[in-house]
Amino acid sequence: MLEPVENSTLASLTARFGAAVIESGQDKGDLVAVVTRDSLHEIVAFLRDTSELDFNMLIDLCGVDYLPRKPRFEVVYQVHSLERNERLRLKVTVPEEDCRVATLSDLYPVADWLERECWDMFGVVFEGHPNLKRLLMYDSFVGHPLRKDYPINRRQPLIGPKN
Amino acid sequence: MSDTDSSQTTGQLRSESMLLNVGPSHPAMHGVIRIVTALEGEIVRSAEVEIGYLHRCFEKDVENVSWTMAFPYTDRLNYVSSMLNNVGWAMAAEKLFGVTVPERCQYVRVVVSEIARIVDHLTCIGASAMELGAMTAFLYFMKAREYLYDLIEWVSGGRIMATYIRIGGVKADLPEGFAGKAKKVLGQVREVIDEVDKLLTRNRIFFDRTKDIGVLSRERALSYGITGPLIRAVGVPYDIRRVKPYLVYDQLDFEVPVVEDGDNYARYLVRMEEMRQSISIILQALDRMPAGAVAVDPYGRELTGAQMVEEFKRARVADNVGSKARVDLTLDGTDRVTAAGVSRSTDRRMMLPPKEETYGNIEGLMGHFMLIMDYWGVRPPKGEAYHAVEGANGELGFYMVSNGEGRPWRAHCRGPCFFPMAALHEMITGGMVADIIPTFGSINMIAGELDR
Repeated sequence: MLEPVENSTLASLTARFGAAVIESGQDKGDLVAVVTRDSLHEIVAFLRDTSELDFNMLIDLCGVDYLPRKPRFEVVYQVHSLERNERLRLKVTVPEEDCRVATLSDLYPVADWLERECWDMFGVVFEGHPNLKRLLMYDSFVGHPLRKDYPINRRQPLIGPKN
Repeated sequence: MSDTDSSQTTGQLRSESMLLNVGPSHPAMHGVIRIVTALEGEIVRSAEVEIGYLHRCFEKDVENVSWTMAFPYTDRLNYVSSMLNNVGWAMAAEKLFGVTVPERCQYVRVVVSEIARIVDHLTCIGASAMELGAMTAFLYFMKAREYLYDLIEWVSGGRIMATYIRIGGVKADLPEGFAGKAKKVLGQVREVIDEVDKLLTRNRIFFDRTKDIGVLSRERALSYGITGPLIRAVGVPYDIRRVKPYLVYDQLDFEVPVVEDGDNYARYLVRMEEMRQSISIILQALDRMPAGAVAVDPYGRELTGAQMVEEFKRARVADNVGSKARVDLTLDGTDRVTAAGVSRSTDRRMMLPPKEETYGNIEGLMGHFMLIMDYWGVRPPKGEAYHAVEGANGELGFYMVSNGEGRPWRAHCRGPCFFPMAALHEMITGGMVADIIPTFGSINMIAGELDR
């Protein structure tokens, strides 16, 4: 549950995007905004390009699998404004049957690798990504290992017996 | 392997671009990294970095162990500065719990973190210098690193894998006489740093091989989310110890070294200065360290009824005579109904009892098992938290999701060297083949952290 907080960034986000910001507030001192999947790219571009917000760094991106909850996945972004020293956590929920989010690699080049990792581990497709291939696993690896329904002891050896 | 499609004739000379795999079977590539380069003569025209398949499985593994059992896994993220990873994990978990550790513990954490930072920088600079042929600098720095590992061993029992920090405190207080010995060791380390400073900083060969090599502009560094010494080498004074202070860093005097150039030489200068700053931080922290507990609430003066009963059962009567108890409504003076209530009570004690008690009496042993057993132990409230500390290579953050169980539902590590690795191809494109390895060395890539 997010606590309500007075904050200019969240205020301008809700003023500009209205219902696309599902929930916003503070969680243990961190600013958090839950936004809709369709408006994510537009919101991040707004956060980056508006001079008084100036979120010029994408610090982190990761997926979370909430099986058996529906929608199942969540993609969590941490953007940071260097000049204003402010951090904002953006979250989007992603259903399993339509597992895709717009890429941010045109806004932040580092999203290229971060999204490849998230795709590799969770199978979330980043639409518009220029080179969406595995980063940590090898190309012929089957499945996405950080999904909750991927058993920790499953082996996929390239050489040797298969279980 | 030549790529004949892109061969072309320029004037009289026929030039041909060549694909060259740098690594993975090369000592400087740590065994897993491969850089696929397209060369034109000695110039790198394009490069693609592949981080290989180390399969550390950090994130999957910690989802399958308890919150406290994750510490040995965090040690192996950046295995050169394991204390910093320990602190990062513990502080993120404490944010989830809403717990603040005692002041002495915060000072102890600062001391061990900064020792780990010096160790990390010694390794990075030493190895980078060795890759340019400066074997002496490498050996000198390894010598200094051993002095510091001796200190870490004295504190934690392990030289490299410390597992010293706990959620809610540290394993044990610093050994007796630590401050004196640490000051002596830091004096020796400072001498070694000064020696290597004389060997390298104004050395013509070292200067020519690092100046204007591997340059990354400020804008590109920001857009790649790079933090740590690399971003301070492009003139950005971003240091989490300053911009979002944690522990007691806001009470200590230190400078954040900044160099503008953004090349390998600038990164070297930043790291050298940071080691000196870390030494100064440790000396200040040792002098100002207050007495007191190193973990949350072991012997608080005001006790709940349950704790009062525990204390008297352990025959710690003399310590507790005169302390007040907040009496509970139950007859036996305890608010717990069953044994399961211990870990589910609002009290939520998270620190393991001191080892003397675990081995010395049955209450301590039970307390230990209650916190260690699967699905029983430390249980943070439901929720999520992100906390970052300034690792040796930049922002080391942990994003944790708890569903109120004894294991993390999800724990994501923001490894600081992932981000410069994503930008490595830009740093080496347009440069010489011979500069690939020194530039790669300047990132201080640690494969355990890169892989998760």
